[in-house]
Amino acid sequence: MAINVIIKPTFDVERVRQDFPILSEEVYGKPLVYFDSGASAQKPRAVIDAISTVYETEYANVHRGVHYLSQKATDAMEAAREIVRAFINARDIREVIFVRGATEGINLVASSWGRQNLSAGDEIILSVMEHHSNIVPWQLIAEQTGAVLKVVPISDDGALDMNAYADLMSDKTKMVAITHVSNALGTITPVEEIIRIAHERGVPVLLDGCQAAPHMALDMQALDVDFYVFSGHKIYGPSGIGVLYGKSELLEAMPPYHGGGEMIDVVTFEKTTYADLPFKFEAGTPHISGIIGMGAGIEYINGLGLDNIAAHEHDLLEYGTAKLSEINSLKMIGTAPEKAAILSFVLEAVHPHDVGTILDREGIAVRTGHHCAQPVMDRYDIAATIRASIGMYNTRKEIDVLVAGLGRVQEIFGQ
Amino acid sequence: MNDGLTDLYQEVILDHSRNPRNFGPAEEADRTARGNNPLCGDRVTVFLNLDGDEISDAQFDARGCAISLASASMMTEMIKGKSVAEAKALFEKFHALVTGKNGVGASPDLAELETLSGVKNFPTRIKCATLAWHAMVAALDGADEDVKTE
Repeated sequence: MAINVIIKPTFDVERVRQDFPILSEEVYGKPLVYFDSGASAQKPRAVIDAISTVYETEYANVHRGVHYLSQKATDAMEAAREIVRAFINARDIREVIFVRGATEGINLVASSWGRQNLSAGDEIILSVMEHHSNIVPWQLIAEQTGAVLKVVPISDDGALDMNAYADLMSDKTKMVAITHVSNALGTITPVEEIIRIAHERGVPVLLDGCQAAPHMALDMQALDVDFYVFSGHKIYGPSGIGVLYGKSELLEAMPPYHGGGEMIDVVTFEKTTYADLPFKFEAGTPHISGIIGMGAGIEYINGLGLDNIAAHEHDLLEYGTAKLSEINSLKMIGTAPEKAAILSFVLEAVHPHDVGTILDREGIAVRTGHHCAQPVMDRYDIAATIRASIGMYNTRKEIDVLVAGLGRVQEIFGQ
Repeated sequence: MNDGLTDLYQEVILDHSRNPRNFGPAEEADRTARGNNPLCGDRVTVFLNLDGDEISDAQFDARGCAISLASASMMTEMIKGKSVAEAKALFEKFHALVTGKNGVGASPDLAELETLSGVKNFPTRIKCATLAWHAMVAALDGADEDVKTE
């Protein structure tokens, strides 16, 4: 008789922590408590090793080289492109464009798509809780083309006002560019509904997936999204590398963003023809080790299972929300029903900057400030918040350390 | 616990931040300058009245942390009655104090500002302590542009 034992993969956070060398560092003689993964995540050994391996054994410039190492580096880089494609379930590997980060991805679309498709009076719909990187590129192209930005408001809890969104949609709307998860509030936006409403009018949608990619499974085909961007360093990979996904028919119709090597077919002084996707948008020598390192980061996530990571983070979100809410003078900013693992809050009578300094001396890394999202700070009439953003390696015990640190803040400020 | 926090957040600093002196927008001022720290979103506006070469009145309006409010509050108290040159010289001494460049033995001119010396152990907070001062100097120089820390 055969006995089949199915072992359900479980998430062992202590084992995960051992994969991240930096987590054993001390800060001011205290164990590092890192609650700033929303700004940039720490790197597992697998990513650090992958980057070292590139430089130690397989580094050369990619593409066009006939020699052994060039071919090896090219293969490793293109293997990483396939890892990314599978990670976001894009239909075609040519739809995966390597960029410096989400910021460059949005600038690429705003500039390249915008120059071709926007004219005076056209409207671009954003939300009030966008990161500056999903505001300023659109302002730049709006200034050049005469297009106008329309801003979807949020309710007091930080949820996107979908009625207002539907009302803003008009014959003039040419693009919707909205965050998938708010970096300042943690709000998860109803992207399926956003896309459905836009597509009813044939309007393309760009989603800023920076805060979504590390926390939830992505499926470009199921979403039917037109453009999607995220950054490597927030998914446990290196900085300076990111991904722009675009539907191939849209990308093919767009002019190049940067000119240079790699992105050409034939160059003469009279006329240059461009390379096919994805290379048309990848001028110059790419961030080779960054691409390979980002691929290693995704494989590390895949090995643990994004669902397991999400469940662990959701537990910490609920635990953290409950613990922080016990503090009388504390007010959570962003309490939408659908939330990713971001705890943003303010303390009565103590400025976030002072809180950040005191927590820092306790070894706790949080971000204090406007989180590059000044319009949403203005929406709440505050200058800044304290933001504890949760990564896969955080623990309930660390939440307790944070709460104790806030106790020290109150002690110093005599509350 | 000697982690510098009790030096940084001395009672006199907390008192100034809770009850800032000369606080609020001025109806009329001879000179006005705004300071802005794009890093944290803090803003300060300094209002000065001049009687010849003497600062006859100083007031500020701000949104900021305890360090920036306390520094601005003390500044407005200290520069009243000083000449333009004296106020600028005081900023030089204060700047040296918070950046840890004043060596041993602080200047007696600094008086209560001395309590902000703990800032030197917190390099990320130096800009908080100096924002209002930069705005004050800009106001004295009659600069039109906003002062930024970045």
